Amino acid sequence: MGFDTDTDTDTDTDTDTGEVAGVIQPNLTVNQGENMPIWEPAKECMSRDEVRQLQLERLQATLNRVYRNVSFYRKMFDRIGFVPEDDFADLQDLQRLPFTTSRDLSDSYPYAMFAVPLREVVRVHSSSATTGNPRVVGYTRRDLKTWSTLVARILSAAGVDTEDVIQVTFAYGLMTGGLGIQYGAELIGASVLPTSVGRTERQVRIMQDFRTSVLVSTPSYALLIADRMEQLGIDPKTLSLKYCVCAGEPWTEAMRLEIEQRLFVRATDNYGISEVIGPGVAGECLEQTGMHLAEDHFYAEIIDPVSGRVLEEGEEGELVLTTLTREALPLIRYRTGDVCSILPGSCACGRTGVRRLSRLRGRCDDVVIIKGINIIPARIGDLLERIRGERMLYQVVATREGHSDQLEIWIAVTEELFFDKMREQRTLVDVIRNKVSNFIGITPRVRLVEKSSLQEENGVVKLFVDLRAAPAA
Amino acid sequence: MLNVKSVHTYYGNIHALKGVSLHVRAGEIVSLIGANGAGKTTLVQSICGFNRPRKGAIEFRGEDLSGRGAEQIVQQGIALVPEGRQIFATLSVENNLEMGGFIHRRRPDRIHRDMDRLFERFPILGQRRRQLAGTLSGGEQQMLAISRALMSRPQLLILDEPSMGLAPLVIRDIFRIIGELRQEGRTILLIEQNARAALRIADRGYVMETGKVVLQGEGSMLLRHRQVQRAYLGKGSKEIWEA
Repeated sequence: MGFDTDTDTDTDTDTDTGEVAGVIQPNLTVNQGENMPIWEPAKECMSRDEVRQLQLERLQATLNRVYRNVSFYRKMFDRIGFVPEDDFADLQDLQRLPFTTSRDLSDSYPYAMFAVPLREVVRVHSSSATTGNPRVVGYTRRDLKTWSTLVARILSAAGVDTEDVIQVTFAYGLMTGGLGIQYGAELIGASVLPTSVGRTERQVRIMQDFRTSVLVSTPSYALLIADRMEQLGIDPKTLSLKYCVCAGEPWTEAMRLEIEQRLFVRATDNYGISEVIGPGVAGECLEQTGMHLAEDHFYAEIIDPVSGRVLEEGEEGELVLTTLTREALPLIRYRTGDVCSILPGSCACGRTGVRRLSRLRGRCDDVVIIKGINIIPARIGDLLERIRGERMLYQVVATREGHSDQLEIWIAVTEELFFDKMREQRTLVDVIRNKVSNFIGITPRVRLVEKSSLQEENGVVKLFVDLRAAPAA
Repeated sequence: MLNVKSVHTYYGNIHALKGVSLHVRAGEIVSLIGANGAGKTTLVQSICGFNRPRKGAIEFRGEDLSGRGAEQIVQQGIALVPEGRQIFATLSVENNLEMGGFIHRRRPDRIHRDMDRLFERFPILGQRRRQLAGTLSGGEQQMLAISRALMSRPQLLILDEPSMGLAPLVIRDIFRIIGELRQEGRTILLIEQNARAALRIADRGYVMETGKVVLQGEGSMLLRHRQVQRAYLGKGSKEIWEA
């Protein structure tokens, strides 16, 4: 996940909207139920049956198209003997296809997975790569239009309308976050402040002077802004802020509460991923009950990141997305690496036919499996933080005794933790053991250790160490 | 209203429909375009019960149509204006319309009321009500074919190539009539080779090629779509797979 975005005043947008504005878009903002605007009610409030029929149609067209136009997929389908026209009759049949990984995208750097000739591509973004080549994402004119509409949906759902002044603190560059949000906000007709990332003091100043009513940022940056305002002695109540639209990283309900209380806003969550489009994949409405997926444009599955098995509604696993309308870079069963679940039940806002994503729990690469349970070491850190009210230096360690895995949590003893009272230490260890046990379902062994006992990598304490392969010391 | 799901149909030995899915919602005009032999007419025949799909499902107002005969399908509320009009040339205009109202034959009063309404709407047909249908002009015959289909009081009207073989001015009239039908809130599936006219009038469209749907979307979007422009409107350049 994670997006940031692209550069200067781009000419695409001009020709784009110039050519089409008023013909298909923008749609009327209609009030549904309790005064909550829905950007495209005809699409967002489809019944479940309508959604599935549309997904079937669009998936069929997408499979036919990638088979014809993308050699990567033609080879993949041929290898497993999958003929789209014969073998795809139901959404379930998609499960027969292998996944597309970020590796595949890197390997096809830069344009090998594009499904249209480059002359049809009007924009190219790229997501940063930690290893290997960056993943390059192309957009046709129509893709950009779709993108704007999808972002307009999530921003509308998050409360944004024409009256708003919206400050976008995502990066504007090759990545997708900044420009993506900008398109949607402009389509709605809000006034966009493309402040991009960083220079927090200036952000705060702009927020005051330009009367920003909507802040778009990562949750942690929103809190950083709150810190900065505190330092500068600025009372958030004197600002015009109403909403904070958050994305870009996993966050918690506690963080939401903190953002809402410290900035005096309603904070909503949304999800995007550059490879499939950027922001606009899913977004929360003001009910704050999970992110409504744009299921008319993306088909979502949650899988077990290890076995690849498709999981049931409510089960947590890796989000896998298939694009249904993308022209330049259609992706089939793309492994996002993001861990979340599809929520059961429906939201009161009226978008009842589409499903919702839970907030992200973390990255798949971070998931470790101990005793068959998926554990994200960083979440254990959050838990510890909640217990002590401050960040602890810790390491999650997997060990093996006989044939059974053990979960250990090693916590570095600091000045503060180094209290003489053994009893308090023991209480702390008990509390941690109980909380972790309740949280993930396995009882860990909690050890207080010297900081030097924690393994480091590049000068940083590793969150997870696997001692299962090595003979126990 | 109409949901077609992954339908495979053979036309003789030819695998004419290879997993086609589409839907039509109440009150919509949906256009299906594609070159000759793309499978458009086979799809119509599958929906109307003339050529049963080997695989897949066709649902109309929540009910499965598979295994139903053509007459039952008309009773379900689907009426077809067939390709080439297929009016009964040796019958009078009136008799043609009566045939269209066949499923309401036990209610002659209703048939006559409907017929009078159609004559009001298409006065030229009223003037020629006793004339043999074969003596009408092409445009009049098309009006008659549409009227005949309306006699069954359909929920969904399917028009198969209504502009075929007609003069440009007459085509304009026919599309005007289709536009009016839509204004009345009728649901229409329009099959056409005249892509421009068909997409202009449509809410949504599907583009078929060799038995498959390759594109779909809002009519206005498809009209501007490169692939449609290239294949059907004679503009543009080559695709990746042609280079």
